[in-house]
Amino acid sequence: MPMIMLSSPHAHGGDSIRMQMFTVMVALLPATLFSVYLFGWLSLFLIVTCMAVSLITEAVCLKLMQRPLSTLLDNSAALTGLFLALTLPAATPWWMAVLGSVFAIVLGKQVYGGLGYNIFNPALSARVILLISFPLNMTTWIVPMSAMQPLLDLYNFSDCLSLFFMGPDALKLGFDAISMASPLGHVKTEATLGVSVAEALKAYDYSYLNAFLGFEAGSIGETSALALMIGGIFLLARHTITWHIPFSFIGTMALLAAIFNAIAPDQFAPPMFHLFAGGLMLCAFFMATDPVSSPVTPVGQIVFGIGCGVLTWSIRSFGGYPEGAMFAVLLMNCAVPLIDHYFRPRVYGHGRDKS
Amino acid sequence: MAQRLGLMAHSFPGGVHPDQYKLTGELPIEDFPLSAVHILPMKQHIGETCSPLVAVGDRVLRGQKIAKAEGYVSVPVHAPTSGTVVKIEEHAIAHPSGMGMPSIFIESDGEDEVDESLAPITDWKNTEPTVLRERARMCGLAGLGGAVFPTFIKLVQDKRFPIETVILNGIECEPFLTNDHRLMAEYAAEIITGLAIIKHMVGAPSALIAIEDNKPEAISAMQEALIAADLDDVQVVVLPTRYPQGSEKQLIYSLTGREVPAGKLPMHVGIICQNVGTTKALFDAVVLGRALTERIVTVSGDALPNPANLRVRLGTPMRALLAHQGLDDLSQVQIVHGGPMMGERLSHADIPVVKSTNGVLALSKGFMRAAHTVEQPCIRCGHCSEACPVSLVPNLLADQCRSDQFEKAEAYDLFDCIECGCCSYVCPSNIPLVHYFRYGKGQVSLQRREQAFAEASRQRSESRDARIQREKDEKAARRSRVRKTHAPKPAAAEKEAAAKAGDVNSKPEETS
Repeated sequence: MPMIMLSSPHAHGGDSIRMQMFTVMVALLPATLFSVYLFGWLSLFLIVTCMAVSLITEAVCLKLMQRPLSTLLDNSAALTGLFLALTLPAATPWWMAVLGSVFAIVLGKQVYGGLGYNIFNPALSARVILLISFPLNMTTWIVPMSAMQPLLDLYNFSDCLSLFFMGPDALKLGFDAISMASPLGHVKTEATLGVSVAEALKAYDYSYLNAFLGFEAGSIGETSALALMIGGIFLLARHTITWHIPFSFIGTMALLAAIFNAIAPDQFAPPMFHLFAGGLMLCAFFMATDPVSSPVTPVGQIVFGIGCGVLTWSIRSFGGYPEGAMFAVLLMNCAVPLIDHYFRPRVYGHGRDKS
Repeated sequence: MAQRLGLMAHSFPGGVHPDQYKLTGELPIEDFPLSAVHILPMKQHIGETCSPLVAVGDRVLRGQKIAKAEGYVSVPVHAPTSGTVVKIEEHAIAHPSGMGMPSIFIESDGEDEVDESLAPITDWKNTEPTVLRERARMCGLAGLGGAVFPTFIKLVQDKRFPIETVILNGIECEPFLTNDHRLMAEYAAEIITGLAIIKHMVGAPSALIAIEDNKPEAISAMQEALIAADLDDVQVVVLPTRYPQGSEKQLIYSLTGREVPAGKLPMHVGIICQNVGTTKALFDAVVLGRALTERIVTVSGDALPNPANLRVRLGTPMRALLAHQGLDDLSQVQIVHGGPMMGERLSHADIPVVKSTNGVLALSKGFMRAAHTVEQPCIRCGHCSEACPVSLVPNLLADQCRSDQFEKAEAYDLFDCIECGCCSYVCPSNIPLVHYFRYGKGQVSLQRREQAFAEASRQRSESRDARIQREKDEKAARRSRVRKTHAPKPAAAEKEAAAKAGDVNSKPEETS
């Protein structure tokens, strides 16, 4: 062994970055499988493209930085690709998926120095870049296969291939024909027309059960609260994440939504709606808990989760965008070094009442 | 009767559960034969180095003082067996750097004649604690749990800090090590007597004997001995197995809920902790009149054919211990002095057993590889912070130490780190966190020493300047006094001339 002077401890618990990342990928399996059920080949294309391009981009970056290619084996690039794919709408064209993956790896991770040094969640930063650059594509939600007789058969390989590479024009269909509003989007647009939340949901034919199970429009991986919760509980059981961030994030959302819904139910949606809608579950269990961009200390994590909850709810209720979770997480990412500094745990022997 | 089995009331945060590897837990203590040469380093404790009292060619007896303590925080060194002093020179000690220290080499004569000059104090119950304290010092007792702090310093009655409870530390949470376990199983009566002596010395009304729950034989042996001894207000407390339960501060918290304030000692919260091995050595010193010349060593490891608990004379080369247990070729193993979590990895085995040697482990390269692989960047997962029993934030601390931000590291409580190794144990990136902390602590200590030296120099220089200035002032004062006495008196004629010439032209008066 090359080490000259080895410091204790000489025993190790066996954990590794590879194992941690792989555990998260396993936790995403329910949501991934469900996304393929809902959106057929389009899901698969997006997932494969994003993961492949992420790995290739990282390989190129490692070469440029003269680092060993074995770093690819730590599964972090593959995981970022999978995350990004799950946040994309099903009709995302191939070149946007490629661009997003490149952004995620280069601007989200490698410019900071690689794994462990990025401030922002890489997948979310890419998603936001895509949203702001291509707002129409990023807010167009294909009708999922669970809906009654959708116009587009997403289990048809060649149709999906054409759509993926050449857009809806190749199928002689307009976007309007094959897409629908997401629950969040619908409620937001109706609110601008003065329609109350309850009426908007009725007009949408909204069902809490469908929202919980995931039979609704949205990004390919975010629709099923159930699938994501199963993944989240798996992560908690494996001790890959701790309860602090997800529970404080979701709890704050629920609390704020409940309070304001009680005060002005026409204007503010009920808590269950918020919990199952949009990317909340995905962000709370998977994105906000990304170890590199979230706080290290337990109290800090709770503060982080509360901040994410407040921001998500505020953007959803008062902001211009219907979905706020990804912005909220990125904004809280900025505050993480400060949170870590001020919310350190009390050290043994300090701070208690002096005897 | 107060001799019940108590349960832990508090739980320290963090901690880990390494595989225990108690391969020698059931094996009774065996005597290890005398070596041809015993090598005694001049410092086997925390504190000042001793100075040799013997010369080459002297004959010494077992238990004879061969090096005297220097300063207050120091205890003497004694000959482990009878023989002749053949050399006094530098020899490698059990430190990972491979550094050396002046050592006395004694060639055994095989007789093992004992120095009987110290009389047994059988009536210790009616002996002044100060006498017993001096006996502990004279016999070279130091903390045998591994910290080797001079025992007599702790065993004192300070009116400002009365001791309420004596805690006997029989936890032994390090994997592989079982010497305290076997001591308690086989010498429970002696340890209980030692505890009674300690209680008498510090004036403590109560005591707790803490044992981890993976030592059932030791627990029942100590219980029986306690009942037989019929001591007042002493309890055996069984604690769940968790590393580092045996760490003094964590143990005090688990048993009493009290935290030792930063920078202070357990006695400031009314507690004294003593390892069971040290307690047995105290019994030997007081009741049998024996100086510290041997200790129990667990010779073990996953690469050792015959692990065992051996009674070893101080100064025995570790190579002999490993060979005795079936390992001659050391090229494929790594040698660790102590336990795997906090022990020192040694680059070779020609190093003598000292007072702190509670274990000698032969670990396979595969075992070591798990802990010493390529370091990857920190992913800020926070597992280290969860595992830290002191509630530090190791990843931030290591980052600061590595980038030389020492003031920040001190502000983040670097010096509260007990170097237990829990953080490195759980790190998925295999970062050698404790290594960075040691570097940081070393640099800060160096800086503090340099600052103290610079401060002392500055003070010397300032007092010198002040002295020179003072001397100058004195000289000037003397000169002016002299001038005043011999100053010419202003003549009456001069005055007249000045008045005639007019005010404008008059000379200013001489000021003296």
